[in-house]
Amino acid sequence: MSKFEFPTSIISRPVYGTLKARSGKHHLMIADAEGAEAILDVATPDLMANSHIIYIPLGTDYADKLRALSPAQFYVGPTYAASVSRIRRVLERSNMGLNIYLSGTEGLMGQAQNEAMQAGFAHSAIQTEHRGSIARRMQCVHCKGITEDVEMDPFVCSHCGLNLFVRDHYSRRWAAYQGVCIDAEDPGNVPASKGIYAQGDEV
Amino acid sequence: MTLQFNDETFRDDYTFKNSQRAIDRFPFPFHEDSYMYSVNMEQHRGGPKDSIYEMRFDVDEHYVAEMRDRALVLADDPLRCQSLPHMTLAGWDLLEVIMVSKSEDYPDLFELHRDGDTWRWVNKPLGIDDTFTFMDETTLPYGPLEYITRQAQGDFCVLDQREENLWMDAGMITTQADWSLDFDLGMNFFEWHAPVPLAHEKGIFTRALKFLLSIQQGAPARRLNWTMTVNPLLDTSPENYHKWGIQKTSVTPENIGTKQHLRVELQSFFRLPRSNALVFPIRCYLCSFDDLMTKAKWGRRLHRVIRDLPDELATYKGFIDNRQMMLDYLSKFDDGLPTSDGVFANEDTEPALKV
Repeated sequence: MSKFEFPTSIISRPVYGTLKARSGKHHLMIADAEGAEAILDVATPDLMANSHIIYIPLGTDYADKLRALSPAQFYVGPTYAASVSRIRRVLERSNMGLNIYLSGTEGLMGQAQNEAMQAGFAHSAIQTEHRGSIARRMQCVHCKGITEDVEMDPFVCSHCGLNLFVRDHYSRRWAAYQGVCIDAEDPGNVPASKGIYAQGDEV
Repeated sequence: MTLQFNDETFRDDYTFKNSQRAIDRFPFPFHEDSYMYSVNMEQHRGGPKDSIYEMRFDVDEHYVAEMRDRALVLADDPLRCQSLPHMTLAGWDLLEVIMVSKSEDYPDLFELHRDGDTWRWVNKPLGIDDTFTFMDETTLPYGPLEYITRQAQGDFCVLDQREENLWMDAGMITTQADWSLDFDLGMNFFEWHAPVPLAHEKGIFTRALKFLLSIQQGAPARRLNWTMTVNPLLDTSPENYHKWGIQKTSVTPENIGTKQHLRVELQSFFRLPRSNALVFPIRCYLCSFDDLMTKAKWGRRLHRVIRDLPDELATYKGFIDNRQMMLDYLSKFDDGLPTSDGVFANEDTEPALKV
């Protein structure tokens, strides 16, 4: 699957790289769905011998391929929410020499990066690579509710029901982009939704 | 001078009003007939007598009403005041700076009596007389940041300084021009300014950051910023935008003079002594178009600035839809005569409007 090139945007918007194997005794890899491909690309027997992979398939069938890499530890979780306590535990007992690799959706990478930062790892020391869905994790600025996997703009807040437009302004603390009411000045006048990266009006 | 505090509101029936004194000292932000971003910093070392620049933290006729409005905002949304755990010391620093400044600058309104760590704070306008132990949070009804900024006009960003950057790690934000503390908390200087158009490309934020990082204790700085607000609404927050946004459509050619307000922020920057944090108060002043037009120079100039402002800025500041209506109104106060340099109205020397 080819990688999606995100358009250039404002400075708070995260940018992702390409995973590279780093030297070190401990490697933690957290991925969802097509994020597995990035691990497969970087994996070597030496790296895998010291790697702990936490993987959330989201309906894809990469788990067996990852297992076949024979990582030192391998966990498959059904959802990020189900996996997060394990992620916290792993980060908590790790020393600062841990190498962290995140790949897959923006929502997965943002939330796992946030956990790592809270555990004391600098965000710049964490590698990321986007693969798969370009959907966003959005926070409604009005009700504060998070709507996962937003692909269309505008969209309806899954908590308060307001019509929100998708901003590029991003908070690492929330691991989310900001959604703002689109029809506040003209209630009911909501333009037709289109893909977030459809040609036009980035805000 | 004894201040008379207005009994007024910044919501619902909007009884906010500026006295003649408040209009005379309004911080008109345009020093020439056009506007573009600049790092317009200067030292915050007083200013003309009775101007808003004179004191470190200006207290004016709106003080009591603004604090009442802040309490209403916080009751609705406690997330408007937040402080990351490492910022408590900076909160105490800020409490000290404000208490010392206000008690020295306005001794008839505020008193601070210190006996070691036992401090007594008297705030006469708000009817507060509290004794507490400095640096002991359990002796105050709120954390130090929230306690003191419930008693100080303007928003307060408290910025941690590390990695050659400033981090929005605490704040009291209830009178903001459409940005969210809850969302921006923890961001660095470039990140929280990310949505601002044009300024990044001009290098404004790189230069501003360099200036701010070097601010020393006892040598605060200041600048003005501005936007437009329909109705004298302090809480133009994104959180409540779905409620107040509709008010922008209530402007008509008949009511624009009273409804449309120029919103000016006096931003100042103080280095805090123990934490080395930087506090960034953003004090909001509102003035209706009708009141502004009583100064001939301001009328001429505001028309020219709004007319020539790049569309990106009018959009970012949220008044592109009303700009033509503003210009129809403002053009009646612009006879084409030249204006003098600087922000002050210069009523003695500026020619009256030719009719």
